[in-house]
Amino acid sequence: MTEIPEHLRKRAEEARAKAETADAPAADTGAADASPPSEAESKIPAHLLERSKAAKAKAEGGGEVEAAPAAAATATATATATVPSAPAGPTANTQRLLTVVKSGSIQDVKAVPQDKVHTWPHLIVNEFVCALFVTAFLLIFSVFVNAPLLELANFNETPNPSKAPWYFLGLQELLTMFHPMVAGVTIPGMGLILLILAPYIDKNPSVKPEDRKFAISLQSVHLMYWAVLVMIGSFFRGPGFNFIMPWADGLFFEF
Amino acid sequence: MAKDDNKLPVLQQLQQKASQTMENTQGSQAWNSIFRPGSVFRKGYSDSPRNRSYVIMNSVLYHLHPVKVKRHAVKVSYTLCLGGISFFTFILLTITGIFLMFFYRPTAAQAWDDIFALQSAVTFGLLVRNMHRWAAHLMVLSVFLHMARVFYHGAYKAPREFNWVIGVMLLQFTLLLSFTGYLLPWDQLALWAVTVGTNMMGYTPVFGSQVRFVLLGGVEIGTDTLLRWYVLHVLFLPFITVIFMAIHFWRVRKDGGISGPL
Repeated sequence: MTEIPEHLRKRAEEARAKAETADAPAADTGAADASPPSEAESKIPAHLLERSKAAKAKAEGGGEVEAAPAAAATATATATATVPSAPAGPTANTQRLLTVVKSGSIQDVKAVPQDKVHTWPHLIVNEFVCALFVTAFLLIFSVFVNAPLLELANFNETPNPSKAPWYFLGLQELLTMFHPMVAGVTIPGMGLILLILAPYIDKNPSVKPEDRKFAISLQSVHLMYWAVLVMIGSFFRGPGFNFIMPWADGLFFEF
Repeated sequence: MAKDDNKLPVLQQLQQKASQTMENTQGSQAWNSIFRPGSVFRKGYSDSPRNRSYVIMNSVLYHLHPVKVKRHAVKVSYTLCLGGISFFTFILLTITGIFLMFFYRPTAAQAWDDIFALQSAVTFGLLVRNMHRWAAHLMVLSVFLHMARVFYHGAYKAPREFNWVIGVMLLQFTLLLSFTGYLLPWDQLALWAVTVGTNMMGYTPVFGSQVRFVLLGGVEIGTDTLLRWYVLHVLFLPFITVIFMAIHFWRVRKDGGISGPL
């Protein structure tokens, strides 16, 4: 993907449209086609063409170029727009050294140009619409659903069940299976450390999903594991933190 | 009939005057000193590549962004806007949180009454409290989903390893922010949820009980805990989070923009 700035692209399109409306012979002038343009259409200055013609004629005559330095002197003296012919080579051939050197053939181009767009308006508009949606959603949701406010905190009355905030309910669920130190510290601590170290453990440089089946499977299992634990803790645990069915025994969950 | 004849010129005159006033205002020194080049409010703003760049460069908010981004980075289907939603909910939470602070005193004797009064006696009090709570849950969710999205795109790979680490820290700060806010209403839900949470924390080997003691301001949750968690919630954790967010956003740019395409 090469970067073509939008304004250049626009300009090129305009130029193309203009060229199509103009006469046919004039349309070809700007194009860098492989077919060589005729003399009348080419952009080679007239004096250069004449000079090459003269040089060709001389070469055919077999004579050495001797008058060139003198001609140069007179030309500069008169200071006209015509450029004097330079001294020709030993074979008396004047040559135009014009070539296209592609970048990368002699230079080492490291940065691969990328297809980019202006942040304004393309990205900012996205962000703005996204922010509007979030605000609208929260506002409407908040009009209809109230945040819970139970009775005043009372140390003498332990609610049954007592539940942590929903994002910790996976850990609380682990408490039913392991010693508190394992459930509350060791497992989440190990998980966190593994999460932090993930980029240093995963040495696979590819980002293609088909190249990283193991990493993706592992992470999916990991995320599902926590999601399932949180859901069990949230909806399937009732009084005494015993397993219940929410449709039979009701919800014991506050957000 | 005479009335109608007079009406049109008067309207036109008013229109002319209005446009003249607008012109004069936009041409004034004060106006030009407020709106930097590239602002759409400036006189003669036109949609040109130059102005598109100026819009970003000359805005304190937008210049978090580069002037140009990769074409694929604009696709909502790639990022799902999850990082943006996390950041935006943080801003919403700051605004609604400041509103709530006007009506709340973090002591065991007053906290619950203040929240109750906020809901029943303060204009928009209930609405703003609801928004604060739901935005908090949404933020936890969006940060979590953002992390999942980044993992599945392999966006944590070189050169973005360290930004992933910062991101995991931000996930923890988000959880801590939410958890410290959980106690503040001082109702049965808050007290016992935090009791369960901090009891778990106390099982950390070596320094667990000390950390618990410092966080609770004693061996049991009480009015000192409320004050500590209030300060953590409204000042300390947001302060740390903002610093980490700044590094997070800065590193996104330094590491070459968002990752991809796959």
